[in-house]
Amino acid sequence: MNMPVVKIAGLRIGLAGSAFDIVDEIDFQIGQAEIVGLVGESGSGKTTVGLALLGFCRRGGTIEAGHITIAGRSLLELGTAALNAARGQTVAYIPQDPSAALNPALRIGLQLEEMLAVHQPGLDDAERRKRVLEMLEEVKLPTQEPFLKRYKHQLSGGQQQRVALAMAFACRPTVIVLDEPTTGLDVTTQAHVLETVRTLCRHYGVAALYVSHDLAVVASLADRVLVMYAGRIVESGPAAVLFRNPAHPYTRRLIAAIPDLHRRRNLVGIPGHAPSPAQRPLGCTFAPRCDYATGECRAQFPSVEIIAAHHSVRCWHHARVQARGDALSGSVGGAASRASADPTSPLLAVRDLSAWYGRQPVLHKVSLTLEAGECMAVAGESGSGKTTLAQCVAGLHPTFSGEVMLAGKVLEPQARRRPRSVRRAIQYVFQSPYASLNPRRTVGQIVARPLYVFFDVGHRQARERVAAHLERVALSPALIDRYPDQLSGGERQRVALARALAADPQVLVCDEVTSALDVSVQAALVELLAELQRSMNLGLLFITHNLALIRTIADRVAVMSGGRIVESAEVESVFGSPKADYTRELLANSPSLDSHAPISQSV
Amino acid sequence: MIRLILRRLGLGILTLWFVSLVVFAATQALSGDAATALLARTATPERLAALRAQLHLDDPVWLQYVKWLGGLVTGDLGRSMATQKPVAELIGLRIGNSAFLVLVAALIAIPASMVIGIASAVRRDRGVDHVLTMLSLVLAALPEFVIGIALILIFATGFFHVLPAVALLDDTRPIWQQFDQILLPALTLDLAVIPYMARIMRASMVEVLESEYVQMARLKGLPQRLVILRHALPNAIVPAVQVTALQLAWLAGGVVVIEYVFRYPGIGQSLIDGVANRDLPVVQALSLLVGGLYVAFNLLADVVTILVTPKLRTSLQ
Amino acid sequence: MSGIPGVQVAAPTAGPKALRAPWLQTLLASSRFARTWIGLGITAAVVAVALLGPVFAPYSPTEFVAPPYEPPSSEAWLGTDNLGRDVLSRFLWGGRSVLGLSILATVFGLGLGILVGLISAYTRNWIDDVLMRAMDVLLAFPQIVFVLLLISSVGPQLWLIVVTVGLSHAPRVARVTRGAALEVVERDFVRSAEALGETRWSILVGELLPNISSPLLVEFGLRLTYSIGLVAAVSFLGFGLQPPAADWGLMINENRIGLTIQPWPVALPVIAVGLLTVGTNLITDGIARAAIGIGRSSAA
Repeated sequence: MNMPVVKIAGLRIGLAGSAFDIVDEIDFQIGQAEIVGLVGESGSGKTTVGLALLGFCRRGGTIEAGHITIAGRSLLELGTAALNAARGQTVAYIPQDPSAALNPALRIGLQLEEMLAVHQPGLDDAERRKRVLEMLEEVKLPTQEPFLKRYKHQLSGGQQQRVALAMAFACRPTVIVLDEPTTGLDVTTQAHVLETVRTLCRHYGVAALYVSHDLAVVASLADRVLVMYAGRIVESGPAAVLFRNPAHPYTRRLIAAIPDLHRRRNLVGIPGHAPSPAQRPLGCTFAPRCDYATGECRAQFPSVEIIAAHHSVRCWHHARVQARGDALSGSVGGAASRASADPTSPLLAVRDLSAWYGRQPVLHKVSLTLEAGECMAVAGESGSGKTTLAQCVAGLHPTFSGEVMLAGKVLEPQARRRPRSVRRAIQYVFQSPYASLNPRRTVGQIVARPLYVFFDVGHRQARERVAAHLERVALSPALIDRYPDQLSGGERQRVALARALAADPQVLVCDEVTSALDVSVQAALVELLAELQRSMNLGLLFITHNLALIRTIADRVAVMSGGRIVESAEVESVFGSPKADYTRELLANSPSLDSHAPISQSV
Repeated sequence: MIRLILRRLGLGILTLWFVSLVVFAATQALSGDAATALLARTATPERLAALRAQLHLDDPVWLQYVKWLGGLVTGDLGRSMATQKPVAELIGLRIGNSAFLVLVAALIAIPASMVIGIASAVRRDRGVDHVLTMLSLVLAALPEFVIGIALILIFATGFFHVLPAVALLDDTRPIWQQFDQILLPALTLDLAVIPYMARIMRASMVEVLESEYVQMARLKGLPQRLVILRHALPNAIVPAVQVTALQLAWLAGGVVVIEYVFRYPGIGQSLIDGVANRDLPVVQALSLLVGGLYVAFNLLADVVTILVTPKLRTSLQ
Repeated sequence: MSGIPGVQVAAPTAGPKALRAPWLQTLLASSRFARTWIGLGITAAVVAVALLGPVFAPYSPTEFVAPPYEPPSSEAWLGTDNLGRDVLSRFLWGGRSVLGLSILATVFGLGLGILVGLISAYTRNWIDDVLMRAMDVLLAFPQIVFVLLLISSVGPQLWLIVVTVGLSHAPRVARVTRGAALEVVERDFVRSAEALGETRWSILVGELLPNISSPLLVEFGLRLTYSIGLVAAVSFLGFGLQPPAADWGLMINENRIGLTIQPWPVALPVIAVGLLTVGTNLITDGIARAAIGIGRSSAA
């Protein structure tokens, strides 16, 4: 690291009106033109730290202690006017969701120009206009005047994020905070945006703090990485070292939980979930989920220990962790063994399916088949029609032509018109477990619904069966009287899965079921799905945008784009030698941890 | 954009037509043989017959409606059954009086509620905000006649005898020269509508201030003044416009009770007299007028909303 | 959107099942606010006067005890009204009608509005359009004008006041219900129930209604407040209870001419109606705040 331009020492941000902290003991530095990745799962406090670099705290938080020095100035001691001057000019911010962060009522041109008007009042109108157009060119946006007259809603998601980039780089700041700037974007757009960030940072010598939950993205961009867990930085080190030889158990397990684009690998999740500020244990916050934990872990939080050049960790057992080498590497599984079914009459068949939203066509003559015991993945970016396809199969999107067939019989388009046996046989698991469970029903009531609808069971019998289904998805039957808001995201998704299994289905449609979950939880859920698919001989229709996940779980894959299937074949053949240009582009743009570490050897 | 506005206009006219149906159904059709009901005590065969003819009561119901609506469209509001004068003549002057009252009230209420709403949103959860919120909570609950009578008790009787308890308008002088007569009724109307309007403005402003684009504006280092006026206000104004329209329409209804309290000679008084005398043509004309005002104000609010919302304004480009 | 995600100060407690009924939780949570208790105190006091007043009234409400507009004396503690009846007695007798009529009207209007709003939100097709158009038409009339419109043709009847005041609430309640339910309809658990093939009615009552019970509770309070004002106003205008009945609204109407000589027969009912509406509104606001809080924590 060269001369640090950002120094943070002893930063503590408390939860207003309580003794709890959101983050504490935050110490790190960023060198000039250095890109530092700050990774952590949801609730780890990473965004809170990112915003603190701008001297900003969201409602409910207060900066209670610590120093933030940027370019030699102590940020927390500045008055309002000086702080405003520093924001944007010395330290700039790129938001997670530009569609929410751009003002809907103001023209793009004004939002760009005001940055210069406020921070560089010396410029006259013509100069300012010229600079704005230069900025647009730098981020590869159209440089014509009409573009400046547009409003946010007239831009695509990628363009909106580029406007945010242009705004952030406008005043040539010393450091930029990027808060998950590509989360909502498709991989192709993400790749372009990341490339622009990299180029601009290098060109103008701007330091960056890149906040993200996505290790693969951070691996491809950052020089150095900080890993946060439950409000503390638990490990920090150069990206190359940290991903190859992590010293903290959390980092190791996080890496093991990430699906790999380049090979099929069993995922290993982390049991349990991260504690919220009010529920953090004494001692090491990761201890309850850690298989290295000993008595001293539960008694005292370890202090920062430097174990190599620029590599530090907070763990009592880092030596053991690093020594154990490949203990966690998942067994490299081949294609899941599946029963060879009769290919002429597949369990589920979709033939020439075209669907509409109102008058807007979203699917064009899509055909695919699914056999029992098989996992068929449908891959595609947002707007490719993959969710509509899933909904047509489940009878939730009745405006389509073509045929959906179950065991050779053509189905009614609308679920309500389908016979009970069909509704039972096809079960749907939704993307967000926060939306798919009625918050006013208990877990027991939720899982029992299909039992009452499909099987004539009594109350007692239903309760027994619910308990059994909960156990099958690795949930404690003690949760039966809980409400969804008392469960974590991963637990909720398991409840949704238990509800689907309660119907004793033949086909399970999984629509982006892990996209609302943290990677450690995602891994555990995928493990479970694969296990259930084998043991129940389920046909799994797995909808996702995550190609690495497909490699992990699916047997075959259909790649969708613009409402059409552009390629459909065995997973290994699609990933090994993609036929369609679109698939090749998708694969090339998907970020991967491999830029730093050949995982199967190091973890 | 033009198409959007025309669509709203069409919907407004449609609503107005349905409003006329409701008015007709609620009065003439519902009361069955209105003539006998109306003249129960004073009925002589001749008067009964005259009344039937006037209301077209011998026709089938649908034809009664068509004739009534035809009259309305051609400007014939019928004759008052109580005074036998044309309704238009009876309520013409009074419409002016009421309109002036509503106008005065609105000119105070709109800016006042905006300022109060924005000020308490910006100072959210501090002293001023709490006091204003509590005050508006109390005032918003009170029925308008309670506010009116309370004001009379305070300003026109025992405590300070400074303002007239009863609005005695002199028809020979222009109304704007008799401001002292209007002050209490207008104040009552304002106290009834400002709390609600200010509350909506506050809520809308609070929501916008919490938005990510306002957070972004702060993180860009813009001064507070720019953040509030340029980034927050244009977005907060939209819900306020809709509510303002509703409240202006409400003012048209609110005057009914207020005018009765202050015995102010406006359409409210006429409506109440009409109801008391079961003078159907008067009631029909006035309730249609009030309903029409609602439709008109809403239309106006829709147009303003379209104009201040870029997404709607650019919908055709 | 704002605030710190993933931060939940108080973890939801696994209380007994019955206490998890959302509207009950909202009520319990509203007890944290001082205004709820102040409102409750005020309302309870006025309701007690209205219900128990007749027991303590010194005279019959229709009995002539002294000349008209007598000032307060030892015979008639608060003086006499325009016909020489005891003001205090008439006041103590006059609250029941306002209270009863407004509660009935609120229940009627809320029931109708919820039904329309739920059906509208769930169907989202031409039925929705027709229902909401119809509600728009009713909305065009200010509530008091709508009530007067019907009174003008049918005459001042008590049942009519209940029906018209209720009807005038219905479109407003329907809009709120529909708005709240639309958010719920979008959520996937409704889709999930449809995929299971549950009936429309059981989706309305089982999936939608429990999720909007808190806003509806707030709506009940709000509508009750307005009902009290409307019912009292109708009486005040002379279209409610007819003389010689003792009724707060009617008392104001009968005595407002003599306001400057004998303020009590006007001031007393005005204060009572004012206190009652302020009381119910304070409770409603407490509940509304609690409802928002609960909505947030379960959305987090």
